[in-house]
Order: sequence, then C-alpha cells, then structure tokens
Amino acid sequence: MSEALVKPLRAVRSRTYVRAAGGVVLLALPFYLDRFWLQAGLFAMAAAIGAIGINLLTGATGQLSMGHAFFLAVGAYAYCVFAADGGDGLTGLGLPTWLAAVLAVLVAGVAGGLFSPISGRLSGAYLGIATLALVFIGQHVMFNAHELTGGANGRDVPPLSLFGLTFDDRELLVAAVPFGSAEKLWYAGLVLLTAGALFARGVLRGRPGRAMNAIRDHRIAAGVLGVPVARHRAAVFVLSSMYAGLAGVLLALVFQRTVPDYFGITLSLEYLAMIVIGGLGSVSGAVAGAVFVSVLPQLLTRYSDALPLVSAPGTGGIAPGEASRYLYGAAVVLVVLFLPGGLVGTAVRRRVTTQPGEER
Amino acid sequence: MSTFAEILLNGLSLGSVYALIALGFVVIFRATEVVNFAHASLLLAGGYVTAVLHDDIGFWPALLAGIAGAALVGAAVEFLVMRRYRGGDHSVLAIVTIGVDILLTTELTRRMGTDVLTLGDPWGDAVLRLGPISLAHTRIAALVAAALLITAFLLAFRYTSWGIAMRAAAESAETAALMGVRLGRVSLGAWAVAGGLAAVAALFLTVFPTPGLERATSLAALKAFPAAILGGLDSTTGALVGGLLVGVTESLATGYQSDLTFLGRGLGDLAPYLVMVATLLVRPAGLFGTKELARV
Repeated sequence: MSEALVKPLRAVRSRTYVRAAGGVVLLALPFYLDRFWLQAGLFAMAAAIGAIGINLLTGATGQLSMGHAFFLAVGAYAYCVFAADGGDGLTGLGLPTWLAAVLAVLVAGVAGGLFSPISGRLSGAYLGIATLALVFIGQHVMFNAHELTGGANGRDVPPLSLFGLTFDDRELLVAAVPFGSAEKLWYAGLVLLTAGALFARGVLRGRPGRAMNAIRDHRIAAGVLGVPVARHRAAVFVLSSMYAGLAGVLLALVFQRTVPDYFGITLSLEYLAMIVIGGLGSVSGAVAGAVFVSVLPQLLTRYSDALPLVSAPGTGGIAPGEASRYLYGAAVVLVVLFLPGGLVGTAVRRRVTTQPGEER
Repeated sequence: MSTFAEILLNGLSLGSVYALIALGFVVIFRATEVVNFAHASLLLAGGYVTAVLHDDIGFWPALLAGIAGAALVGAAVEFLVMRRYRGGDHSVLAIVTIGVDILLTTELTRRMGTDVLTLGDPWGDAVLRLGPISLAHTRIAALVAAALLITAFLLAFRYTSWGIAMRAAAESAETAALMGVRLGRVSLGAWAVAGGLAAVAALFLTVFPTPGLERATSLAALKAFPAAILGGLDSTTGALVGGLLVGVTESLATGYQSDLTFLGRGLGDLAPYLVMVATLLVRPAGLFGTKELARV
C-alpha cells in the first residue's frame, strides 16, 4: 500500500534480506529438527492456511464464522474419499492423490457456496451463530455417514504422491539425513502456505480487498458506492472455506488419520482465537496467531515436567491442553482490550507511527 | 396419540428451559448490543455452584447460591472485561466473549473432570401419570418454573424502573444516558440477570432424565443460541417462541427417532440448528426480529 512508497529504500531492502534469511532457515529446518518439531511446524502451517481463510472472512470482511471446523472437515474427508482405493471397506474413488487434494479444496468451496443464501444475507454475530449449525451438521454427518467417513473411528489418510515422490514414511536419504513423511510434507506445507499467503495478500490489496474492508466498515456506504454486498460476502465465504479445505487436507496428511471428534466447536473457536491474537484482517496476523495457538499446546506438553503449574494429563494438575486453552483464552481477551490490532498490528504500529486508514 | 402428547409436553418443557437461556442472551443483546458467546459457560458456572454446595447446605439454598454465583460471574465479566473495551465495534466485543467462554469453560470442565455431578433436586425420577400420558415431575417443574420466571421477568421489564431503563437504553443509548439512565448499571444488571436465568436453566437441563451436570451440558446450552437467533436477537417474544420451537422440534426428532433412522442417530441434537437454518433462509432477521433499517 502507500506506506511502502514513503518508506526509505534502505528499510525496504533490509526487510527483503530478513525475509530471504527467514526463507532459507525454513527450508533448512528439516535437516536439523527432529520429528516432534517438524510436526509442530506442520500443524502450525496447516493452521496458518486455515487462519488466513477465516481472517479474510472475519477480519477483512467482518463476517463472524464459527463454522470453520466444518470446512476443515470437508477438506480432510473429501481428500480421503477421492484418494483412497476402497481397500478398507469405505468408499474410495482411487483418484491420483494430487487430484484428490485439488478436488477436496473445490468440494469445500462448493460446501461454502451452498451456504451462500445465508452467508450473503447475514452479518456479524448473526452469521456466527448461523454457522454454528454447520459444525453440528458436520459432526452428525461424520458420525453417521459410515461409508464415507468411517464413523466415530475415522479413516486412514492415503499419503500424497506427486511426480513420483510419495509423502509417506518410507525413508529417503537426502544429504545423509533420513527424510520421513514429516520432512517431505514440510516442503509441501511451505509451498502451500506461501502460495496461500501470497494469493490472500493479492486479494486484500486489490479491488476485492477494498470492497471487503468497505463492507466491514460500513455496509450501506459500500453498497451505495456500487459494491455488490451480498455477492462479495458470499464470495469471501466460499474463498475462506476453500482455504479451510486446503488446511484440512494438509492436517489430514500430517495426522495420517481423520477422526470426527477433532472437528468440533473447539476447533472453530481456536481459529477465531488465532486471528484475534495475531491481528484481524491481515495475512501476517493470521500466520502469527496460528503459530501461537497451535504450537503452544505442543510446547507445553513437551516441557510439562519443567514448567510450574503444568503437569501431565491425568495426574490431577492442569493438563498441557488446558493450560494452553487458559493462555490463548486470556490472550484473546487481553489482546482485544489492550492491543487492538493484534500482535502483528502492534508491531507494525510501533514501526510506522502514523498509519493511514486505520481509523474506523 | 398419547406418545405424541407426551413428546409435545416434554418438548414444551425443554423449550421453556431453552427460552430461559435465550431470554438472558436477548437481554444482554438489547442492553449492550453485544452477542454473548460466553452464555453457555455462565450456565455451567451456575450449575457447578449448585452441584458442589447442595450436599452441605441443602438443595434450595444451593440453588439460590448457584443463581447468585452465576449472576456474580456475569456481572464480573461485564465489569472486568466488557467495560474495559474502549472501541466501538460490537462484533469485536462478541469475539472477546468467545475468549471469556474459552477461559470459563476450560476452568469449569477441568474442575468437573469426567464426573457427572448431580444437583440434588427434590424431584428425582418420579413420574406423574395422567391417564395414558406419563410425565416426569422434573419436566413439570421446569415448565412451571420457567413460566413463572419468564412472566416475572416480562412484568419487570415492562413496569419496573429497572425494566424501563433497560428498554430506554436499548432504544437509544445516548438519549437514555442524557435522561439520567446509568448505562453501566443497566448493562451490569443485564449480565447479572442473564446469569441468574442461566443458572435456573442449568438445573433443569441436568435433572432427570438427563444424567447430571457434565462437560456435554454446555453443548446442550448452546442450543439456546439458535433459539435466540430464530426468534430474532432483539426480541423477548422471539426468545420465547424460538425456545419453544427448538424444544418441541428437538423432542419430536428424538421421539420419532426410530422412524427416521435413515437420517442417522442423534438427530434430536441437530434439530434446533436445522430449524434455525430453515428459518433464516426465509427470514434473515428471525421471526420477530426488527428488520434492519438504516438511514444514510
């Protein structure tokens, strides 16, 4: 935006260096980290993709969605259905796995589109409660459509294969480092996250982004200016559900098994917490929040022995999962009260003292 | 026919409990324009206080303590969190209530663990038989209590100065403030009342035939959200009608489950949401909600 124009060239250049260095570090990590950290990173990447989607909807357009978990589930299960070969008695179409992944994202988009009569007309918290229905409908289908979803036990996720490379646990030596599924998926996740982030940034900076922000800030004024409000709301909803679908596919690949319990209301709330903590309406905010919320429980689990107040599950103290819920629940409240703009927004404001267009 | 009457009566009773929850939800929305997603956790808090205390001090004092406790939690949320927010965006405040909900629900479910707590109600599993119809005492108690509370609430809303202040604040906060209505006190009152109503609802959501207060109780409480939305978020009548509609549908779907097996098990839990979606397709503002009109 215009801030890039007024910024001195040196600042821009140094930021490019920082980004390049960050990229190199991310690419090199699989050679050094063990499986635990890679998996934590992969969860964060999947969560970041989903959070970017919901940030387009809730942050940039002001449409609250509590149904994000549903679209994650659609992505994850659609991938299984398209890619599985039907060997375990469940429906499987046996398509090439990359095609299955693409189709799964499209199916999530279609599911979002089917909800457009409601997502186009309702706004804010009304839509939030309406989308609550999706989570419960989704859980009902997941538990009951046994042929498709495997019921309460879930179903196995076929590993992705692309150009002859299969992202499974068969070890592959790269520079004397054994590459299992986590290492290989790491790169797939990086590519998907980068592509998703760039696309979302393009959307936000271009005409659609302006229209979305206009709808959020003043729906009627946006309509008067010629923005087709209902169509934009529905379109953003579809886009956000496609992001969720992609996140679902990636999560399924990391987990290697999908179970319905995971895709509950708690997951939807987690995604909302991510974007509020990171910063509403920006891509980097979504990524930062996603990393915070999804890595926190794993960190606490890993170091539960060393941390005060936190103890292993079942020993009577505060379990790591609970501890992390306390932390991000409190983070949501505190960030909204004291850091409007989220972590990223606050960091940006500290750097750029006056930011145009921030007043609402 | 008698099963139908039974299902209908049970549904009305369940619906009146949902109406209690939805009413609190609507009261908060009208007084402060905030959609309170932490409502289910207020309910859980009230139920928990009653469940913990009833052994020591008896059921009725424990129930009163539960109501007071939930009202206190509601007021505390308003005082400590809502009031501190300086921005003007109410949908952001709705997200804050989600944060509050995460905190409260985590704390309460951690304390409960996997236990199923009883609330020590005096009705037990007694059943009243009226000819071919049999009805649990708890369901009758729920219906009567909800009817009494809702009537009392609506009368207070209409005739007491508290109710008038609240309605004035809902109509136009600024004008009301200029006329001497203390907005802070109004919203504090709304949160406390909503908490109290939720605590009563907690009792009737956990008595026979449900096993007791457990983690899943908050899921049952969530069904009041579709009730409030399908009635129209800013309408007390809507909350009543929505609650009853949701209760009866749920009861019918559960009662005739055996005829609906092709739709899968546990349809009753889904019914409220399906009714809501169907209603919103036809009337986006809910049945009794004010259609949004705005002057540019």
